[in-house]
Amino acid sequence: MTYALETIDLKKQFGGLAVTRDLSLRIATGARHALIGPNGAGKTTVINLLTGVLRPNGGRILLEGSDITALPVHSRVLRGLSRTFQINQLYADLTPLETIGLAVSERLGHGGDWWRVLGTRADVNGEIAEHLARFHLLDVMGERTATLPYGKQRLLEIAVAIATRPRVLLLDEPAAGVPESERHDILAAVASLPRDVTVLLIEHDMDLVFSFADRISVLVNGAMLTEGAPDEVARDPRVKAVYLGEGADA
Amino acid sequence: MTAIPHEAMGRQLVAAARWRPAEWVFWLFAAATVLLFPDRYLILTEVAWLGLFALSLDLILGYAGIVSLGHAAFFGIGAYSAGLLAKHGLINEPVLALVVAGFAAAVVGFLTSFLVMRGSDLTRLMVTLAIALVLRELANRFSDITGGFDGLQGITVAPVLGLFEFDLFGKVGYIYCLSVLFLLFVLARRIVHSPFGLSLRAIRNNPLRAAAIGIPVNRRLIWIYTVAAFYAGVAGALFTQSSAIASLDVFAFDRSADLMLVLVIGGTGYLYGGLIGAAIFKLLQQEVSSLTPQYWQFWIGLVLVVIVLLGRQRIESAVTFVPRRIARLFGKEIAALPGGEAP
Ligand SMILES: Nc1ncnc2c1ncn2[C@@H]1O[C@H](COP(=O)(O)OP(=O)(O)OP(=O)(O)O)[C@@H](O)[C@H]1O
Ligand SMILES: [Mg+2]
Repeated sequence: MTYALETIDLKKQFGGLAVTRDLSLRIATGARHALIGPNGAGKTTVINLLTGVLRPNGGRILLEGSDITALPVHSRVLRGLSRTFQINQLYADLTPLETIGLAVSERLGHGGDWWRVLGTRADVNGEIAEHLARFHLLDVMGERTATLPYGKQRLLEIAVAIATRPRVLLLDEPAAGVPESERHDILAAVASLPRDVTVLLIEHDMDLVFSFADRISVLVNGAMLTEGAPDEVARDPRVKAVYLGEGADA
Repeated sequence: MTAIPHEAMGRQLVAAARWRPAEWVFWLFAAATVLLFPDRYLILTEVAWLGLFALSLDLILGYAGIVSLGHAAFFGIGAYSAGLLAKHGLINEPVLALVVAGFAAAVVGFLTSFLVMRGSDLTRLMVTLAIALVLRELANRFSDITGGFDGLQGITVAPVLGLFEFDLFGKVGYIYCLSVLFLLFVLARRIVHSPFGLSLRAIRNNPLRAAAIGIPVNRRLIWIYTVAAFYAGVAGALFTQSSAIASLDVFAFDRSADLMLVLVIGGTGYLYGGLIGAAIFKLLQQEVSSLTPQYWQFWIGLVLVVIVLLGRQRIESAVTFVPRRIARLFGKEIAALPGGEAP
């Protein structure tokens, strides 16, 4: 069977520190897969390896069966792999309208167009409108991103990833740092992601993980501790041991 | 939402690219200078080619965030190309020679871009500086072609388009330089409002996110660097054609450094900064040097220090300081304005 995303013996070291150890992760097509583990377990590093921000020291990465280990970041995006960042990575000086417009233009192959003014293509405009409406960003679409409330920025972080029309989406702690009052919008956005998009979710909030995931992998010290359906993982004494003292309500 | 959303999207995006009243005023005034200052054509011509040269640096610095201390490299290639073409009678018609000179600079820009893409801001400063120094040394070494320290002698420029002969007062020369500046400005304006231009701003803002939405970061930077080299080459060619000289100082470090100063004065990232900066720089240079001939560079330096101190709250202060109001008139930070602001 081909997986949406698969790693084979993936390895990463920072100097002497092994942060990803022979990781073989398989994410089925259409899955709602969660990757959990204590702080510093190496979850973000896995996403950076998958998306090409970091180069592995060994192992392979397959996207829908084809080897993408050597591809640069932007090529992986065009092949349908997209992500959000644990710490917002947005364009401070651009507006949500421009940010989404850019992502849509790139996807439709107009990104290198140096002649036509952005906003003069109906297909691009239509998609922009759709994404801004879905993520409740219409009211702030003309404001500089740097001036938006944190919750709106977090929504934009997800919206811009979706605007690339991924078939596999990697979410790195989407609700991290969002104040309680704005949390609902984020959770709703995550819950209503298109069903045909395969999602890998990294999250510390166990309520969110267990309400969302149909499969959970547990990463500890860069290696896979266990993997299974949510109820299996919840019952696993090793997982409980790892989270004991972490204050997580698993 | 009253309007159909996607039409509203289009309108708001297009509004950001619309010509503002301040821009019309600016260019009407520029055209009027031909009639208003008939005894100042020489300095006006210098402002025109310096403005174009600064526009070139703004394209890479203000939009793509590429710093350079060696932009004179391309200016010099353009200047010598135009000089050699005219001197040896290879291409006599100035406009055609201008385009060829621009392409010569663009080729060098494209080839050296691969060196410049690597590394941090500091390495970029060093690499661009080194490229300009190497070119200057080459021009010196091959002095039988370039004329070495004496420069190219005996350049005569044919009539523009075969119709307009360069006159003693520099009127035709000025109108020629101003027209080229305007045309290339309109092109640059078009570029920065396109998806390509917007992707440069995205890269400057956050290269990590730019790559993560599928922007081929290096390819885009190589392109704009090449386009900027073309602009700088044309500026150098205008310099040679209007002054009928080309000597080693077209590659000089001072020239690259002065260019930075021009953008510090005028501001980056809204295209007019280079033009306004060039005018103020040339005026300062002329006024101050007529007051204190020996020390004019000291006074320019002092102005620079004051500007940097005033604007230093922000990290990029040195290059983004500009009276915010003026920049806004020309459409910078359109983001903060509602769509209805444009004419
Ligand atoms: N660029 C880097 N250079 C050196 N060490 C790094 C680098 N990036 C991450 N690390 C280290 O690798 C380990 C794993 O980091 P990573 O960010 O992947 O953890 P994480 O599971 O995402 O943690 P958190 O839950 O806090 O986000 C940590 O010990 C971290 O200090
Ligand atoms: Mg992390």
